[in-house]
Amino acid sequence: MSTAPASNDVEPEVLEEEEEEGGGGNPRRCAACKYLRRRCGHGCVLAPYFPASRPRRYANVHRVFGASNVARLLQSLPVEERAQAAETMAMEAQWRVGDPVYGCAGVINRLQEEILATQCELARTRAQLAIVVAHGAQQAPPSAAPPPAHSPLPAGGHRVAGMQRQGEQQDVPPDGPFIDPEEFLDLDGF
Amino acid sequence: GSSATPCASCKLLRRRCTRDCVFAPYFPPEDPHRFATVHRVFGASNVSKMLQELPAAQRADAVSSLVYEATARMRDPVYGCAGAISYLQQQVSQLQVQLAVAQAEILQRINHPSPCLCFCNFLKIGKLRRKL
Repeated sequence: MSTAPASNDVEPEVLEEEEEEGGGGNPRRCAACKYLRRRCGHGCVLAPYFPASRPRRYANVHRVFGASNVARLLQSLPVEERAQAAETMAMEAQWRVGDPVYGCAGVINRLQEEILATQCELARTRAQLAIVVAHGAQQAPPSAAPPPAHSPLPAGGHRVAGMQRQGEQQDVPPDGPFIDPEEFLDLDGF
Repeated sequence: GSSATPCASCKLLRRRCTRDCVFAPYFPPEDPHRFATVHRVFGASNVSKMLQELPAAQRADAVSSLVYEATARMRDPVYGCAGAISYLQQQVSQLQVQLAVAQAEILQRINHPSPCLCFCNFLKIGKLRRKL
């Protein structure tokens, strides 16, 4: 829980022109004070976390939590945790504005569903993998495909009587870069 | 006239609980803590506004999610719900990685069905070198 989640800020943040309104004596009002049309003093609790460059971010927070609730919550926290709290509140407000019925609870539900679906697919894939592994373990080396007189692949290798050379072996088709099994067994080629 | 027992909201706010009180259907007096939590985090007027902007059929779900969100924020004032969301997103990522690994292993085994054929590859290279 040490990082804030990823959020999709769909709408671009617009830089507003500075307004010359009553109470706008401070040319660097934060987004909150601009929204509330009040003076942004040096002691403004919200100013460090709601810059004027992101007006919609504050508007969402104001709409969902309300100015006094935001300020109260931030003030109740140690200074070093306020930025993170402001950020998570902004994200929750954005989710709520995007989904007025379920808000972040909707996000949680969708993630839980995605986890279940992915767990199912993972279980299915691992079962398939187990089958492939078992099948691979059962597979004898390429000598299993041709006629039964064929001996298994020994360390030294020896030619089996009656076996044809490469080109006449139809049962085991050449497999890309892999050597033809008969050619492998044909040590006369050395 | 007003209802016999004020709803939890009107009780907390100390006002008359009228018949068309927007909170009454969702904040029964038996559970005062529920409204207190929502009021503390969002404020009664914000909740009222949010509910009034929704069709009546969706308000119960909205209240449930607001209660959930407010409870999470009171338990964890820094992260609120976002903490749980972050954790779940990490779980999704980890599962997707595990899935990709398992899928890659299947492909690997299908394309390279037997280790001895890979061994043959080495011999093939050696044999070609001798022929040249």
